[in-house]
Amino acid sequence: MKYMLLINAGELDPQNAPVGCEPEDWMRFDKEITDAGVVVASESLADLVTATRVQVANDGKRTVTDGPFAETREVLGGFYVIDVPDLDVALDWAAKCPGSRGGGSVVVRPVAEF
Amino acid sequence: MDQVEAVFREERGRLLAALARRFGDLDLAEEVTSEAIEAALTRWPVDGVPPNPGGWLMTTARRKAVDRLRRDQVYAAKLAILQVEADRPAPQAVGDELPDERLQLFFTCAHPALAPEDRGALTLRCLAGLTTPEVARAFLVPTATMAKRIVRAKQKIREARIPFRVPGPDELPERLPGVLQVIYSVFTEGYAASSGPYLQRLDLAEEAIRLARILHRLLPDEREVAGLLALMLLVHARRDARSGPAGEIVLLEDQDRSRWDQDAIAEGRSLVVAALTGGPAGPYAVQAAIAALHDEAADFASTDWAQIVQLYDVLLDLDPSPVIALNRAAAIALRDGPQTGLDLLDELAGEPRLRDYHPFALARADLLHRLDRLPEATAAYRRALELAGSEPERAHVRDRLTELEQTEAHGDRV
Repeated sequence: MKYMLLINAGELDPQNAPVGCEPEDWMRFDKEITDAGVVVASESLADLVTATRVQVANDGKRTVTDGPFAETREVLGGFYVIDVPDLDVALDWAAKCPGSRGGGSVVVRPVAEF
Repeated sequence: MDQVEAVFREERGRLLAALARRFGDLDLAEEVTSEAIEAALTRWPVDGVPPNPGGWLMTTARRKAVDRLRRDQVYAAKLAILQVEADRPAPQAVGDELPDERLQLFFTCAHPALAPEDRGALTLRCLAGLTTPEVARAFLVPTATMAKRIVRAKQKIREARIPFRVPGPDELPERLPGVLQVIYSVFTEGYAASSGPYLQRLDLAEEAIRLARILHRLLPDEREVAGLLALMLLVHARRDARSGPAGEIVLLEDQDRSRWDQDAIAEGRSLVVAALTGGPAGPYAVQAAIAALHDEAADFASTDWAQIVQLYDVLLDLDPSPVIALNRAAAIALRDGPQTGLDLLDELAGEPRLRDYHPFALARADLLHRLDRLPEATAAYRRALELAGSEPERAHVRDRLTELEQTEAHGDRV
């Protein structure tokens, strides 16, 4: 069963890097989860200042705006899609992910199957 | 008929647990469990009870499940686990008994990924065998609301694939407290109804004890399970003395101790011993020990307050919560006098969890009353009255207020 791990950064330092986990922590985690053979896809997102929002109104008019900027404390910073037998296994990976520390969180969403 | 169904109540939980594990779906398991029991109720009186009733029920239910899945391929496709089931041999009953897989179901129903308020409901529904209207009555919500909650919880189990498994030995210390918490919350809900006209809802307390007994049989070496069962038995032993004929609260100090259930006390005490032996005690074992000391005292005055305070010290170390600090302060007031207790309560007054907590307001009012600080006591009782959740709680505070007014009017103390 596929689950998406949505990694929400917690507190950011002045350089916009998550507080409490070092790049080495991420590299170690990424190697561990990749070696386990469960990763379907994973990406880390570029800084939020590069984000652009697109909305299309009912009349078909397109609106493009800069942002969104962080209105809430937590910002989506990246994701993994993993294929594991059940929720407990997915939760274990989420708990190992450095993004779950330092005030951050990982939201685990099952991928819908049609 | 009811009698026969009562016999099946225990069997229902076992059957449901085994089927939920095979098929990974509670809805299907519930449906075919009910159908198999219905079939037994029709067939057994005619054909006689089969030599292996548990095995008969299991085979019947499993066959009905496979039929249902053959008829409904869309549903079957949703339950990917069926592919596994199709390749597996039918579960073998050992002797007359089904293999007991209820432990898995306990952990699933109390899974931290489910909403806290749904865990107790699901546990009562699946493991205590209560119907949805019964569960709704137990939690004082409309049946439709409860049905929605149960459906939502079952949907999450199925679609997020919360597994039916017992956590491994390394995970158990983290997961078992969650299961115990669910059972204890069912008990406390029954013991002191959080709202509504009645102080106690005994059936709910008894269901919690029944669930703890099952869990204790499944995990005989887990001392906190024994501790929880002991705690509930030792508290529940006082049920008949806890309220008066009109449903009013009778305080521990005023209870007729001859009405305490000595069998429950004896059973609770022997469980406490087991729960406290063989390693550091857990919080339920310590609370059970406190309850045992109350139950052992011939009267309120001869209660061993010194030892109770010591146990609260241990408990506060294990679980530094303001509610435990409040109970400890109340015990210290009985050991060292009301002023010492009041000083401790005033230190706790800033705790957010106690600010709107009825027992805190009431404890403070009682101590002020005992210290003869009557205007302050009156104000404190009024605050307690605002915070009381059930009608008997309100009535109790009103009685206290009336008593105070009379004392003030007569200028003397009773």
